[in-house]
Amino acid sequence: MNMSKQAYQAYVKEISPPSPLGKNMLCAFLVGGAICTVGQFFSNWYTSMDMGKDAASTATSVTMIFLGALLTALNLYDNIAKFGGAGTIIPISGFANSIVSPAMEFKSEGLILGLAAKMFVVAGPVLVYGILTSSAYGLVLFLIGWLEGVS
Amino acid sequence: MLFQNLLPAFVTGGLICAAAQILIDKTNLTPARIVVLFVSLGVVLTGLGLYDAVVDFGGAGATVPIVGFGYALAKGVEKGIAQYGLAGILSGGITASSAGIAAAVIFGWLAAVLSKSSAK
Repeated sequence: MNMSKQAYQAYVKEISPPSPLGKNMLCAFLVGGAICTVGQFFSNWYTSMDMGKDAASTATSVTMIFLGALLTALNLYDNIAKFGGAGTIIPISGFANSIVSPAMEFKSEGLILGLAAKMFVVAGPVLVYGILTSSAYGLVLFLIGWLEGVS
Repeated sequence: MLFQNLLPAFVTGGLICAAAQILIDKTNLTPARIVVLFVSLGVVLTGLGLYDAVVDFGGAGATVPIVGFGYALAKGVEKGIAQYGLAGILSGGITASSAGIAAAVIFGWLAAVLSKSSAK
């Protein structure tokens, strides 16, 4: 078979199944973008109520966490996740989902070692590594400041 | 006022999530690992002074993704050190993110207690 490079690439493209990566990325982009747009709307709303920038940002996070927990409890978040993939996992509402989902599942094993312990299956590691890296950053920052003070 | 900056938030948040989707599809990393990676990435990018510009442009598109949790931790540590010196390394991060952590615990607990798990 004699084909130019372009013709061969076009041929390969024609016979290969449509890449799920492109579709998955598009879904993640759309769903993740939509969730962040909701967050921006709340942020605008809180700012318009004369909240400071930090307070509005905190209130927005709390709102998104509340919505994530609520939608998970109503068994709706997992349905969105089937479509949205990383678009539902990466926003802070997905963090709430990662807390509520295992807690619901293990509720039957009791309120202490079932529900409460399983709340942190994913959230625990997030806190552990978030605190480790930010403290390491703080230590570096402090040492730089100290060295600048000494010299 | 209510509808400003919605498009930058959509695009920024969407791109961050699409990047995570590549990791899910093309590597063996579990979602939990990717979430942990993105939090740490948020701290590192903030420390390098790169994430402020993303937040300025994307607003909630930069702070709602879990990368924004790392950003909040790193910013809190900076503030803590400025205020309390050495002790601020330990107190700053959680101080800045305390409302989010408490909300996650309280709403998470209530949601799990009050919900009925659907039969699978």
